[in-house]
Amino acid sequence: MKKYIAVDEKDTRSGFGAGLFELGQTNQQVVALCADLIGSLKMDAFVKEFPDRFIQVGIAEANMIGLAAGLAIGGKIPFTGTFANFSTGRVYDQIRQAVAYSNKNVKICASHAGLTLGEDGATHQIMEDLGLMKMLPNMTVINTADYNQTRLATLEIAKYNGPVYLRFGRPVVPNFTNPNSGFEIGKAVTYEEGTDVTIIATGHMLWKALEAWDILHEKNIHAEIINLHTIKPLDEKAVLSSVLKTGCVVTAEEHLRNGGLGDSIAQLLALRNPAPVEMVAVDDKFGESGKPEELLVKYHIDTPDIVEAAIRAISRKKG
Amino acid sequence: MNKICDVAKLSEIARNIRIDIIRSLAQAGSGHLGGSLDLADIFTVLYFNEMNFDPSQLNNENRDRLILSIGHVAPVLYTTLAHAGFFPVEELATLRKMGSRLQGHPCKETGLPGIEASTGSLGQGLSLATGLALAAQHDNLSHRTYCILGDGELQEGQIWEAAMSAAHYNLNNLTAIVDRNHCQIDGYTHQVMNLDPLYKKWSSFGWKVIMCDGNDFHEILKAFYIARQSSNQPSVIIAQTTMSKGVPSIENDYTWHGKAPSPEQAREFIAEIMNVR
Repeated sequence: MKKYIAVDEKDTRSGFGAGLFELGQTNQQVVALCADLIGSLKMDAFVKEFPDRFIQVGIAEANMIGLAAGLAIGGKIPFTGTFANFSTGRVYDQIRQAVAYSNKNVKICASHAGLTLGEDGATHQIMEDLGLMKMLPNMTVINTADYNQTRLATLEIAKYNGPVYLRFGRPVVPNFTNPNSGFEIGKAVTYEEGTDVTIIATGHMLWKALEAWDILHEKNIHAEIINLHTIKPLDEKAVLSSVLKTGCVVTAEEHLRNGGLGDSIAQLLALRNPAPVEMVAVDDKFGESGKPEELLVKYHIDTPDIVEAAIRAISRKKG
Repeated sequence: MNKICDVAKLSEIARNIRIDIIRSLAQAGSGHLGGSLDLADIFTVLYFNEMNFDPSQLNNENRDRLILSIGHVAPVLYTTLAHAGFFPVEELATLRKMGSRLQGHPCKETGLPGIEASTGSLGQGLSLATGLALAAQHDNLSHRTYCILGDGELQEGQIWEAAMSAAHYNLNNLTAIVDRNHCQIDGYTHQVMNLDPLYKKWSSFGWKVIMCDGNDFHEILKAFYIARQSSNQPSVIIAQTTMSKGVPSIENDYTWHGKAPSPEQAREFIAEIMNVR
């Protein structure tokens, strides 16, 4: 009997589009920039309704980041939109100098992140972006789980004054988080309380973690499920207090193991409260073409992988 | 800011700026002398004639802005700002020292008055300036945005992305200045990576192009006047300059791109400047 059932299925990028459109109505300082991907980023409604606050930059992502920083100097709240690969790796030095080092109020909004981009293959499936962005001082890094959460995060980051990287994805996935819960940057959300193992998930993997909870529950394993939508700043208190209770951790993300969420959690625990950590993440590989669900299986970041990791983590506990 | 139109007075200010550039670089023991010296005349015109600002009201949203894309010539910006009243001239002695607001390349976060953005990694400043000019256009603000570019810097592709976008959005409130001293770290620009024909490149990108002698006050003043008249295009002033202008013994020597003078050299260079009147 499954505890978690999605009310509907939507893509997270549409949550961004919906949030951006609402911001257009409520916040005159918000401007949007796009590098020739309006439809893919679901920015159509904003572009149609607020053409004077939309800046098409063409296929020139480096310039887009610079324009956004300049607009921020001029008092605007710029939201840039393109694929995650072109939002981060392609423009790293531009973000480093003009946004992070300069501490500019730029919101870098990135779709098509991770393996679930699917058929376009490895050139576009960036799985290094969380690491690249979290390494930058001043940068806040958010990876949302579903449509509702992405919409709420989009609304919230406009209120926060500082650089933000907001990561979401392409595929239609279960939409299950509370649309009325609000969104607090840097605050972990506990979905299930448990005593045997802490499962910390971000992005699309939150749903997989909840599926894993059902399976573990049938095995009489009580997992605590925490959603860390904000990779940085890390909600250290939530992680440490949960691990104090459960004694071991599984992390789950659609990212390389190097530089991802698991890496942040392992660092925190190593410094503050060592405990067994298992990481469900991609192991130092580029992706490839395929259906999103096929790729998650092949690259071992699917529900059964979380279940197995939980069992391994528990078996590694001392005493 | 009272606008100074008297060329003799501007020339005296530029001379004093050059002397303080040399002093601060000698005290720092490192830094970029050549470009800082050759831009002294243009910076003098910008901050003592062309730009509208009030050093006591730096948050005025309608102040003219300057983005120094070539952050390595920070000494000419810092020295000019100090002479224009943005901060005490004595602070120039802290250049490149730990804890100083005068970082090796401009840092906005130090809070140094007059710094609009952190720059240093080349090729990015024109995008920032274009974004600023777009914001002003959107808000119907009358202020202008200036961007100082190096000629070698034009080898960066992002410059041309920005050039395309500024023309696309008809930003006549934006003026770029190219410091055309023909020198970069590894040699003369035509040897390292040819930039010509620069006039045609900029004009084909939709910019109003103005050529001038960047070390002649009459020509600099006229160039900025023409730039202001542009009705629907961004403007670029290609300023022909001589690297290390003002110190004849090292003029046009590209090896002075990234060097600082020793204390003894500094005394010699300052003596040369005092004699060139």
